[in-house]
Amino acid sequence: MSALHWVILSPFLFALIIPFLFKYVSKIHTGWFVWLLPTALFIYFMNWLPVISSGQVVETTISWIPALGIDFTAYLDGLSMLFVLLITGIGSLVVLYSIFYLSKKERLGNFYVYLMLFMGAMLGVVLSDNLIVLYVFWEVTSMASALLISYWFHKDKSTKGAQKSMLITVAGGLAMLGGFILLYQMTGTFSIRTIIDNVDVVQASPLFVPAMLLILLGAFTKSAQFPFHIWLPDAMEAPTPVSAYLHSATMVKAGIYLVARMTPVFGGSNVWFWTLSIVGLVTLLWGSISAVRQKDLKGILAFSTVSQLGLIMSLLGVGSAALTVGADDPIYSQAILVAIFHLFNHATFKGALFMAVGIIDHETGTRDIRKLGGLMTVMPITFTVSLIGLASMAGLPPFNGFLSKEKFFSAMLNVRNFEAFDVGSLGFLFPLIAWIASIFTFLYSLIMFFHTFRGKFEPSNYERKVHEAPIGMLISPIILVVLVIVFGLFPNLLSYSIIEPAKQAILPTVLPEGEQFVVNIKIWHGVNTELLMTLGVVLIASFLFYLMHRWAKLAIYNRERDPFNWFYDNALTGLTSGSQWITRLQMTGLLRDYFAYIFTFMLLLVGYTFWRFDAFAIDTANTSVIEPFMWILIPLLIGAIVTIPFLNHRITAVIVVGVIGFLLALLLIVFRAPDLALTKLLVETVTLVIFMLAFYHLPEMRKEKFTPRLNVANLLISIGVGVMMTLVALSSAALGNEAGYESISDYFLENAKELAGGYNVVNVILVDFRGLDTLLEVLVLAVAALGIVTLIKLRLKGGEDV
Amino acid sequence: MKRHVRASNLMLHSITRVVTFVLLAFSIYLFFAGHNNPGGGFIGGLMTASALLLMYLGFDMKRIKKALPFNFTTMIAVGLLVALFTGVSSMLFGYPFLTQFFDYYDLPVLGTTELSTALPFDLGIYLVVVAIALTIILAIAEDDS
Repeated sequence: MSALHWVILSPFLFALIIPFLFKYVSKIHTGWFVWLLPTALFIYFMNWLPVISSGQVVETTISWIPALGIDFTAYLDGLSMLFVLLITGIGSLVVLYSIFYLSKKERLGNFYVYLMLFMGAMLGVVLSDNLIVLYVFWEVTSMASALLISYWFHKDKSTKGAQKSMLITVAGGLAMLGGFILLYQMTGTFSIRTIIDNVDVVQASPLFVPAMLLILLGAFTKSAQFPFHIWLPDAMEAPTPVSAYLHSATMVKAGIYLVARMTPVFGGSNVWFWTLSIVGLVTLLWGSISAVRQKDLKGILAFSTVSQLGLIMSLLGVGSAALTVGADDPIYSQAILVAIFHLFNHATFKGALFMAVGIIDHETGTRDIRKLGGLMTVMPITFTVSLIGLASMAGLPPFNGFLSKEKFFSAMLNVRNFEAFDVGSLGFLFPLIAWIASIFTFLYSLIMFFHTFRGKFEPSNYERKVHEAPIGMLISPIILVVLVIVFGLFPNLLSYSIIEPAKQAILPTVLPEGEQFVVNIKIWHGVNTELLMTLGVVLIASFLFYLMHRWAKLAIYNRERDPFNWFYDNALTGLTSGSQWITRLQMTGLLRDYFAYIFTFMLLLVGYTFWRFDAFAIDTANTSVIEPFMWILIPLLIGAIVTIPFLNHRITAVIVVGVIGFLLALLLIVFRAPDLALTKLLVETVTLVIFMLAFYHLPEMRKEKFTPRLNVANLLISIGVGVMMTLVALSSAALGNEAGYESISDYFLENAKELAGGYNVVNVILVDFRGLDTLLEVLVLAVAALGIVTLIKLRLKGGEDV
Repeated sequence: MKRHVRASNLMLHSITRVVTFVLLAFSIYLFFAGHNNPGGGFIGGLMTASALLLMYLGFDMKRIKKALPFNFTTMIAVGLLVALFTGVSSMLFGYPFLTQFFDYYDLPVLGTTELSTALPFDLGIYLVVVAIALTIILAIAEDDS
């Protein structure tokens, strides 16, 4: 266990003590204790920054399941560094913010436990080199996210949103696991490092494309890419600190991380380039257009996040071209740089905006832009924070969003000059879509700004007296917008420390050994196409906003809900009713039907297997002599069995069943098995008493009448099972003779005294040779007994279900 | 069950009083005999359970509860723990789970006797078997509504 492992596990360990802190130190808001952890981790990772920036990596391994090639390898390189700083840094700010957002009356214990679970899992995702470990952490983030979305579980929308996000992301996660297993099939390892080293094996394999698509499915569902984006807007039911943390800054970027991580493996192929670019661009466009239609501030931000994630995804797709070209040609690899830069910028401005929206919601009680207005003078600090955040999101100078937007345009313009992937004449579509999406981005930024902060302040719209938020709540968003300005003015603070090593991690093979990328982000490029595009965006979007009173009446604007929800809703109801139908088909509630299923299945399975391997055999050699009293016992036994179906009274039936049991005990005595006979006798006695007792309490019921057809079917099944069992017994005896197997009893007979010190072989087997079996059997008995007690004591009222 | 029982069941009462003791004694014999002769924890447990059952059948539920103040549900857990701990104890000495040991000792009164770790294990089984049989039967019998 190295320090890095402890760092990954620390949030989980810390989660263990949170409930106690919440319960016993209730005077202090639990968030203050929790806040220490991400802050400490952030400082810890900042210490590593110089090492990582110089191009080194940290790697430590502990063995977990070596037999399956699953090791817990922690791997910290430039890409991981970018993410761990986001996770711990934003995490620390979000926890600080949540202290003021959530009152002490809330179930803070649960909240912070879920949050720590998420943080640990997210650190695990970005620090694991092993695909299976990564997958485990990946699913834990989905789980923690669902728990946090449904934090206010008494709201129907919260639980629905949680279910939706869970179903979509976990389904994608499973697909991703399939992709990982295919990668294992190709390379024989789960280690990402080793897979990248053997990338030629992967690329030559016919499984290359299936594995890629499955992994991309996982990344797309997690990062809310079109058409899987529908879970993200519904996830906004979570408390706002969660939306700021999970659903904009970190968790939704896990998909981006995975794509970036896998770029050295899959990048450079046609399918990878086109899938990422197309899905990314469509998501970008769809998200930005949908955001315009939203009336809820968090809804706008959710769709805006969707579109920005699409933007980063398309950049990763375009940038993967660098791997085909080989040498470092900036027109290809630049897109990767922009992706990393924008990933960082998006976390800062979107985090600040979410927090600002949270403040508005907290202080006014509403997030509806139709009610809000004129908050500029009432909440001046929130206004300033939002203004900077929105300007950065819309891509205005001098903020960091402007820089990444400009670079995004130039990366997309470069696609026109690509010589790879048959881009050809389609190249012009890339900048065009980017430009249209940017217009809508600018438009919803304008809507958000003017409808919230300008206009007339109507106190009657709010249930409470509106005032500025407490200073504690404002600290985190202020820190984030300060970063927005600082990185807007001095972007090269990031280039050397974070962007270069991250780019190196995504494109490890592009540069010759020992060289590093040199990133220099300039603020002013002179008047070029990108600047003109930005000018066009500003003008057209402002014009559209000016005309808003006209198109605001259109039906398409008033429908907020994403049309793709239709598929999800119908799939879900279809799944439920479909499975109910299948269940009802077989679950008749009649014991005899279940017996019929079980025995028919057994009959078919055993019969088929025997027929398939031609195993039926009868061999009368080595059979023992039939002793005279057997001629009496066996007919009695058969007679008793045949009588049962014809008995009309259940007490009689139970007694006859008891008779069968006692006859069997007699048979065991004949075969000289006193232990078994004794056990059988006692079991029969106790069972009989239990039967009688149960019948005493059950109402008297008439015997059911069967139709003759059913009777015949049941008869056939019973005869079939009897014949089959006889044949199986005879065949196994015959096969045993043929193969010359020795009976296992000989071993026990010889060694019982020697090894276990007892002459009673049966008992020695029970307590010594196969003691574990006995232990587990009595465990089963105990569970069954408790089950019976529960069934009897638990009196369900009509309509209740367990 | 208790509705059936009337004070006039003199025969049943008298026989039960005697037979129960015979059954209990026999069940203890069976339990100890198990290693070398027919018997053992499972059979002994069932025998004890039948003896106790007879008592419940013969007498009033309340009276038996006073005479046998056991909580049989707890007894299940105790039995499982006894069996489990004998299994774990061998691990303390570096042997695999459930390794059993035996040796011969000269004891006063009993003479040379074999003592084995299988015995406490069997005791655990015995307790569980007694307890589950009675738990089930009492749960059904007490259910009057």
